[in-house]
Amino acid sequence: MYVIICGAGKVGWNLARELIAKDREVTLVESDHARYRVVEEELEHAVQYGDATELWVLERAGIQRADLVIAVTGDDEDNILICQMAKEKYGVQRIVARVNNPRNLQHFRLLDVQPAVSATDLILRLIEHEVPEYGLVQLLALEEEHLEIIELEVGHGSEAAGRRVQDIELPDGSLIISVLRGGAGFVPKADSVVQPGDQVLLILDPGLESQITPQFAPNGAGPGT
Amino acid sequence: MFILIVGSGRVGSAVAKRALDAGHEVSVLDSDPLSHERLDKDQLTTWEDAGGRFTVSTALEIDGLIEAGIEQADVFLAATSGDNTNLVIAQIAQRRFKVGRVVVRVADPGRAAWYAEQGLLTICPTQHAIDQASRVVLA
Repeated sequence: MYVIICGAGKVGWNLARELIAKDREVTLVESDHARYRVVEEELEHAVQYGDATELWVLERAGIQRADLVIAVTGDDEDNILICQMAKEKYGVQRIVARVNNPRNLQHFRLLDVQPAVSATDLILRLIEHEVPEYGLVQLLALEEEHLEIIELEVGHGSEAAGRRVQDIELPDGSLIISVLRGGAGFVPKADSVVQPGDQVLLILDPGLESQITPQFAPNGAGPGT
Repeated sequence: MFILIVGSGRVGSAVAKRALDAGHEVSVLDSDPLSHERLDKDQLTTWEDAGGRFTVSTALEIDGLIEAGIEQADVFLAATSGDNTNLVIAQIAQRRFKVGRVVVRVADPGRAAWYAEQGLLTICPTQHAIDQASRVVLA
């Protein structure tokens, strides 16, 4: 597998190191000459100097045969453009883009630059995982597959508490795939009983959350109760 | 016509003034409040008194673009100093706000040519300079 990484900042440099350690062929592209010199001391020929938003720089790095292009510069416009050209001009199958400002995530989506990874978002999700504000944590969104996995706490006195999995009223397109209880997890069967305080993982079609959360909301918190 | 120009540099401000003189509705957006001076320079009245609009915002900020009137724009000109910024906001204008005519300034001839093939109206000052200089040098 041949990987081109654009931007030799902390993220890019460390990614390159990890991938090289895993025996991947890697070229790192850096536009700041001073930074390039520093990184070259260690990575030698695996780093090239140039602006990765210029076509000839990408071509010199061998983008025509790249299997994966990772754009992790500190500039969101650059990351969008690099990935857009990699995909649409050079037919690169897989791209990964870094989002520096989470407010720009919508632009990555609009221009179909996916997956777009935002460190701020990841950290926010980790915080939510530790301190769930609404009892719901989105663990993973599979944009292309139109699926997501969420984690919910079974509220005391909720509709779902004390029920068998098969009796919990869930909309079509959603499924309980795991129950976490007392620090351990198991894959439930239809007759497994869900207890208050359990964490359940569900896989679902995006947009169904609002139909699912009331089932797990503590008594009195759900709509219509 | 309502024309929205992002980037009040030499090109953006000059086009804005011409468009206003020609009787169009013109709105200019720039992240630098001082860039407003270019719009007033050599004019009898201020830009606003002449009927122009000016919004201070970074180009990628949707709220700023809306405040500057992108939803009503018939023409959108991306003329900031950054090629990649211009190419991204031009595509936002085209795909998200469905602006009818989107013009984008791209200094790099390579990118300008490829994005022109993708349907953007690109203007490449570098290419013009190359063509003109070649003509003069080889005359």
